[in-house]
Amino acid sequence: MVYGSTAREFYQNELVGIRNDGLFKEERYIITPQGAEIEVEFPEGAPVKKVINMCANNYLGLSSHPEVVAAAHAGLDSKGYGMSSVRFICGTQDTHRQLERKLTEFLGTEDTLLFGSCMDANAALFEVTLTPEDVVIADRLVHASVIDGIKLCSAQYDSFKHMDMKHLEAKLKQFQDKRLRMVATDGVFSMDGDIAPLAEICELADKYDAMVMVDDSHASGFMGKTGRGTHEHCGVVGRVDVITTTMGKAMGGASGGCISGRKELVELCRQRGRPYLFSNTLAPVVVAASLKVMDIISQTTERRDKLENNTLYFREQMTAAGFDIRPGVHPIAPIMLYNAKLAQDFARDLYGEGIYVIGFFFPVVPKGQARIRVQLSAAHEKEHLDKAIDAFKKIGEKYGILGLKKQQIIDKYGM
Amino acid sequence: MADELKDKIRAYVVDEYVEEGEDVEVKDDTPLISGGFVDSFSMVSLKLFLETEYGIKIPDEKATAEAFDTVNAIAALVRQYTEA
Repeated sequence: MVYGSTAREFYQNELVGIRNDGLFKEERYIITPQGAEIEVEFPEGAPVKKVINMCANNYLGLSSHPEVVAAAHAGLDSKGYGMSSVRFICGTQDTHRQLERKLTEFLGTEDTLLFGSCMDANAALFEVTLTPEDVVIADRLVHASVIDGIKLCSAQYDSFKHMDMKHLEAKLKQFQDKRLRMVATDGVFSMDGDIAPLAEICELADKYDAMVMVDDSHASGFMGKTGRGTHEHCGVVGRVDVITTTMGKAMGGASGGCISGRKELVELCRQRGRPYLFSNTLAPVVVAASLKVMDIISQTTERRDKLENNTLYFREQMTAAGFDIRPGVHPIAPIMLYNAKLAQDFARDLYGEGIYVIGFFFPVVPKGQARIRVQLSAAHEKEHLDKAIDAFKKIGEKYGILGLKKQQIIDKYGM
Repeated sequence: MADELKDKIRAYVVDEYVEEGEDVEVKDDTPLISGGFVDSFSMVSLKLFLETEYGIKIPDEKATAEAFDTVNAIAALVRQYTEA
């Protein structure tokens, strides 16, 4: 079949449009394993540069942990490389069951079902559990995969202003005529580090007879005193009906996700979830390493404690230096720059100073809310943080934004 | 001359989409979706409001970002389906 000129021209024009809008993404080639320090080739063909990584979801520093890597090696030897099967045919090993049980215990739920990713878990969940008689009411800033999952299902859907409990209550009242209601939220919102007010959400859910769904991908493993997640942080373990989360961030960083919650709901996902039925099982090597991760994070809070201390230190130092950081306690620390070009230039200059971060701007964040999203890790030592802070200060002075508030930065650089 | 339909739409948009503390003016031609003020996911609330308030049914294929981008466009859409 010939790749027709109409198709080629259309796609070429789309790509030109993306470049003209300043939204073209270029990959950076990382030569080393993931960690606090990495070596990067960027742009392609440039000499390899050693940088401090401040933008990974490697919150607990487990992505290249020697015990996790060793467990993966042992898993390859004992369980093989691939299963060549979906779960229900011949793709479930005893270790899959073991991992599901460990996740259930860790998250404080009734049952857990593994998926290839949390994206797949979110794709499965709503379609299976809700019908046209039902409604899902989601926080307006939920993750793209939750939105996609909601759109896949046949239930009515609506949204409430970000973390606005009055608006959520109004929506719950509006939909009292529905058979089932489900409130969907991220536990922690990935662009801001905002923590969902789960205690209030659970209260409203009780009052208006609704289920609570939380995508806890940016919380599992380290939020809450023992790292169970946002529900532990907010004191509502056992009150969230279904959690989806990933092993691709704090809990190892390779791949894998899950649905974890009320046992009938999870079992129905096992029976009918399309990603479960039609996509390959989680690789044995990932399961083996994930079991080791679960052991590490269940036995000690050392890593999540260090992450908490790193977060506090970085936020305090950057605030004292005069940066505009959205207040919070989560290791996502957005350094607000508001102007998209400023965010891109700032990130580029930081890379020159040996600090690897990315500028975020529309449409990833709302227009006029461009930022550099720093993510702290338990893998960061004080020397990494101090070097990053010094680099931020140097570039902050270059652009004259230290000590400026939002409107002052906007007046200087525009929105 | 005051346009009651547009005023009602505008009031709903402000109530439904403007965050507390935000200082936003919604004019008849303010780009709501292309301006990043309302996205395709949260647009569903607006569609539901229009259908309930005016007793109309807007086919999904007509509920496009263009059709919902301004108060003017939304009012035109409502008039099209109330007159049909």
